[in-house]
Amino acid sequence: MESENTYGPVWVIAEHIEGRILAVSLQLIGKARKLAVELETSVEVVLFGHNIGEQTQQLFAAGADTLYLGNAPELAFYQPEVYTEIVVNLASERQPEIMLIGSTSVGRELAPFVAARLNTGLTAHCIDLVLNQKKILEQIVPAYGGLLSIICPQRRPQMATIARGVFPEPEMDENRTGEILTLDLPDQISNRIRTLEVIREKPQGVPLESAPVVVAGGAGAGDLDGWRKIADLAKELNAALGATRPAVDEGWAQLETMIGQSGKTVSPEVYIGVGLSGEQQHMVGIIGAQVMVAINNDAKSPVFEQVDYGIVDDCREFVPVLIEKIKEYQKR
Amino acid sequence: MLNIVVCAKAVPDPKETSNIRIDPVTKTLRRFDIPLVLNPLDKNALEGALEVKEQLGAHITILSMGPSEAGNIVKECLALGADQGFLLSDQAFAGADAYATAYTLAKGIEKIGSYDVIFCGMASSDGSTEWVGPEIGTFLNIPVVTMVKEIVECGGEWWKVKASLENGYRLMQVKLPALFTVTRELNTPRILSFSGITKARKKEISQWGINELGVSGESVGLKGSPTTVSEFGSKESKREVEIISGTRQEKAERLVQRLADKGVF
Repeated sequence: MESENTYGPVWVIAEHIEGRILAVSLQLIGKARKLAVELETSVEVVLFGHNIGEQTQQLFAAGADTLYLGNAPELAFYQPEVYTEIVVNLASERQPEIMLIGSTSVGRELAPFVAARLNTGLTAHCIDLVLNQKKILEQIVPAYGGLLSIICPQRRPQMATIARGVFPEPEMDENRTGEILTLDLPDQISNRIRTLEVIREKPQGVPLESAPVVVAGGAGAGDLDGWRKIADLAKELNAALGATRPAVDEGWAQLETMIGQSGKTVSPEVYIGVGLSGEQQHMVGIIGAQVMVAINNDAKSPVFEQVDYGIVDDCREFVPVLIEKIKEYQKR
Repeated sequence: MLNIVVCAKAVPDPKETSNIRIDPVTKTLRRFDIPLVLNPLDKNALEGALEVKEQLGAHITILSMGPSEAGNIVKECLALGADQGFLLSDQAFAGADAYATAYTLAKGIEKIGSYDVIFCGMASSDGSTEWVGPEIGTFLNIPVVTMVKEIVECGGEWWKVKASLENGYRLMQVKLPALFTVTRELNTPRILSFSGITKARKKEISQWGINELGVSGESVGLKGSPTTVSEFGSKESKREVEIISGTRQEKAERLVQRLADKGVF
C-alpha cells in the first residue's frame, strides 16, 4: 500500500552582507531545489534585512519559490532573539521538512537557537545531504577515520548547517520568479540583548576560499617557531595559509584560518598539508584540489593515503630546505 | 556576589585523536585508551570566569556531563580556582546528541539554582558541533552570545561583549543572567599550580543522575536525542600516492620539480 506523504517545504535561511547575498546561501538554495524536486515540495527562503531590494531576484534564480523577506530597520543587523522569534513562529506555521543554514558565524548561532526552540535535531557542518529511500535526510558528516550519516527520524524540520563551497554554485535561471512575502515583526521584541555595532574589515592576504594555492599547517609544527616556517612556505608560494583545529587550539593560527568540518572549505588547485595527520575533520574541508601534497614525519599517518605526493620527514627541518629549493628554482 | 557556572567537557586528548578510529563493522569508537582531558576551549571558559572572579568577586561552579572518569577534569577545574563541581553521570545520559546534552546540562544548572553568568567553550574538540552552549541558553530562556572574544564591560546588570564575526566582530549588550560561549582569543588559560591542587582536595564534587535531576530516562541520552547515527562509511581516496624518497635535499628538489611540472610556479 502506498501512503500519500506530502512534505513541508525545504527551507533555507539566507544571509547577505550589505545587500550582497552570500555565496553559501545561493549554494544551499541550489541544493534545496534538488531536494524539493525529490520531495515534490517547494523551496522557501527566509532573508532578514532592510531595503535589500534588487538582489532578491538572485534567490529566485537560484531556485527559491517563495521568499519571506524581513524588511524593517529593526532587522537591518542580526538581532539574535528577534531573528529567532520570527523564524520559530514562521516555521511553526509553515512546518518545513528541512531547514538548511550556512555555517557562518550568524548561521551557527541562529541554528541552535531555532533547533532548541523547535525541539528538533541539528547537524553541524555537513559535507553532503542525501534523501534515503524513506525520504529521510541523510546528513553526512566526517568522523574519526570515515564518514557518518546522521538522521533526524522523528522530529521536524531536519536541520543542518553547511559551509560555503560544499555544494556548487547553482545554475541561475534568470526567468524564474516567485512570491515575496514580508515578515512581520514579533509582537514583543526582546530587550535583553542588543547588537550595538557590527564591524567588518576587508580581509587581509589571500582569502582561503578562493586561493589557488593553500598551505595548511597542523600540530606537527611543534611550536610557534615551527609554525612560522610553515607560514614562510605559504608566503614563498604566494599561498593562503590555513590551519587544523589543533594548530588553532595551540594558538599559532587564527580561528578564521581553520580548514575543515567546523572551519572553512577550500578548493585550491594545489594543497600542501604540513605537519598534519590527515584527520577527516580537516580533510573534508578540501574539496576538488587538483594536486595534493603532504609533509609529515610519520610514514603511517593517514594523510599519505589521501594525497598525490608525500614527503616523510620532520616538517621543521624539511620546510626550510624546501623554501630554499623553491627560491633556487625561481632564480633559474 | 556573582554566581558563575562553567560547563566543562572531558574529551579524548586532541593530541592523540588521530589514533581514534571507528570500527567499520561495529560502527563503534575504538579508543585505544586515549586519556580524557579538559576540552581546550573550556579552559578559556574557566579562565574567563576566574578573571571575572578576580575583578568582581564570584562563586564559580563547574558542571560536566560524562562518565565517572570525567570527575578528573572537574577536579582539574577546582584546582585551577573554581569553588565547587558537579558531575552529571548516569547510564541513561549515554549516547546523547547536542540537544539531549544541552537539555541535561540545563536541568543541572536549574538544580544548581542561582546563576548570573554561564560560560561554555565555543565548541568541543571531539564533537565540534558548537550547539550545546546556545541550546542550554535557549532551554533556560536566557540571552546567549556565542564566540565571545572579549568582555568589554562587566560588573553591572548589563554586560558588553565582543563576538567574532567573519573578518570582524559584533558588539553586544546583554542583560544578566546570560550565557556566553568563548573563543580562544578571549584569554590565555592559567596553568595548574601546586597550591591549587592542594586546595582542591578540600573541595567537593557531587554526582547527579536522573533521579537527582528529576528527569525521565526518555528525555535524556540516546532516547532523548532527536538525531541518531544511521550509517558509517569510509572515504576512499582516488589518488595515486607517490612517496618521494631520497635525502632531505633530494626530496625537496624532487617535490619542487613535480610542483613545477604541475605549473605551480
